[in-house]
Amino acid sequence: MTEILRLENVSKSFGGNLAVNDVSFSLEEGEIIGLIGPNGAGKTTLVNLITGVHPLTSGKVIFAGEDVSNQQAYQAARRGLARTFQIVQPFPNMTVLENVAAGALFGGGTGSVQEAMALAHDELKFVGLAAVADTPASSLALPNRKRLELAKSLAMRPKFLLLDEVNAGLNASEIDGALELIRKIAARGVTILIIEHLMKVVLSISQRILVLHHGELIAQGDPRTVIEDPQVVEAYLGSKFAARVKAESHHV
Amino acid sequence: MKQFLYFGAFALWIVMIAATPLLADNYTIRVAISIAMFSAMAVSWNFIGGFTGYPSFSTAAFFGLGCYAGALAQRNGVPLVLAWVFATLFVAVFAAMLGAIILRLKGHYFAIGSIAIVDLTRLITSSWGSLTGGGDGLNVPLLQGNPQEVSALVLYVMLTILIIAFLTSIYVDRSRLGFGLKCISQNEDAADMVGVNTTSFKIVAYTLSAVFCGAIGAVYASWVGYIDPTDSFSILLTLKVPVMVLLGGAGTLLGPVLGAGVFVLLEEVFWANFLEWNRAILGGIIVFLIFFLPNGLLKIQYRDLFKKLMDKIGDAPKQVEKSS
Repeated sequence: MTEILRLENVSKSFGGNLAVNDVSFSLEEGEIIGLIGPNGAGKTTLVNLITGVHPLTSGKVIFAGEDVSNQQAYQAARRGLARTFQIVQPFPNMTVLENVAAGALFGGGTGSVQEAMALAHDELKFVGLAAVADTPASSLALPNRKRLELAKSLAMRPKFLLLDEVNAGLNASEIDGALELIRKIAARGVTILIIEHLMKVVLSISQRILVLHHGELIAQGDPRTVIEDPQVVEAYLGSKFAARVKAESHHV
Repeated sequence: MKQFLYFGAFALWIVMIAATPLLADNYTIRVAISIAMFSAMAVSWNFIGGFTGYPSFSTAAFFGLGCYAGALAQRNGVPLVLAWVFATLFVAVFAAMLGAIILRLKGHYFAIGSIAIVDLTRLITSSWGSLTGGGDGLNVPLLQGNPQEVSALVLYVMLTILIIAFLTSIYVDRSRLGFGLKCISQNEDAADMVGVNTTSFKIVAYTLSAVFCGAIGAVYASWVGYIDPTDSFSILLTLKVPVMVLLGGAGTLLGPVLGAGVFVLLEEVFWANFLEWNRAILGGIIVFLIFFLPNGLLKIQYRDLFKKLMDKIGDAPKQVEKSS
């Protein structure tokens, strides 16, 4: 296993508000990592720091051996660091196919528009949206918009995919579909960092979990150890919930 | 097939304009020059305002700088065509440098910033008397030949610029650049996230929106023989061009040409018939556009409109029967 992403003492402050505080961790290629923490813990900010949306206040981000601390968002995309947004961000008046082609053309570095369209078609098949390829993105319902986000990121040929709450707003059966898709993506060799509030989902899919609280990394490790960590229980899960999750997770 | 029809219509339109010196009187040629000139500027504006969705109002700044750069070059002994080329390049460089700064603004802020550029360039030009002649304006060396030949020459040069601008817009529309610009217009953050270098794409679009206006300005200065700051950096011009594009259909290939043609012809009619009221009518057109034609003439579903009309006509007699 080789290291793909390393954060060294990463901090970010907005004015006097320290959103991410001295976070360091290292991720292996091919892992699925869960990132959890209460609202406002700094999870999305951390994703924004890794993908160049916000500049770091201090610290370093190393991606595939390269210091990318000062990269712009579009450079991150071209390097193979793709992400989805918590609130989906389609190009509303373009067709579903064109949305995905944009990912292939710019992030994936495809040579021509035609090639990008062809590649986009494959990705749409992969996520199960081939039937709606020619409808405008704005006409899709939420579960399909989330799939579109995934297809768009996949068309960028990412090495590393950050999924910011891809399951939020989905019902139970839709979540099952999304999870199956995430596993299929991981099988393609893409490293995945998933932000998720549903503990059941996190526990069933992650090989490792990182826990953020008040911008600090308070725990990391394999899922079972992490949910028993007293700090995590206090900060995020609550003791009752932790006991229930623990009981349930034995059945999973 | 539909596209073929559209481009056929464009070619026919160009031929019609180009034929005016052979067939029509001087007044008609003047209108034809106006159409070619505004069409080229409208096609230009479409790069930033249509494809990229940035409401730029700097057209008059580029046009005016083109006028002055061309005129000053000629007055300093640069031959005619070279002076035009110089003016074009000068405006392109100016726009690229300005774009790097002003394109950080978005939406309304960008619109206000870009309109301020027009006033700023006008003020600099009128204050820098030693170079530009200030408020007195500048005489530009006249074109050689009798009036008929001069207007024919100007018309053909303007048409050439229009055709180059139009071909460029076709190319951009089908290329990676155009795709990226459309992404930016729809959702700039998402465009950034899929790997579009939004800053440089926007600068290219802004420069494209300037370069043809600069060329047009330089040729215009040679045509009229005299320029001054108020005429060259006119706020009215900076508003008219976007209105033309919106009238035709922003972001489409033929919309700007259609809009400019319709607008110039309408304006001629209004000038001729309602001398006192033409500005008010321009205002009326803008309001009408915003409320009734937000997507322009090209985007109207003419077939649906026709159908509705036919239905109404078809319905009318039945209603009469019921009521009787």
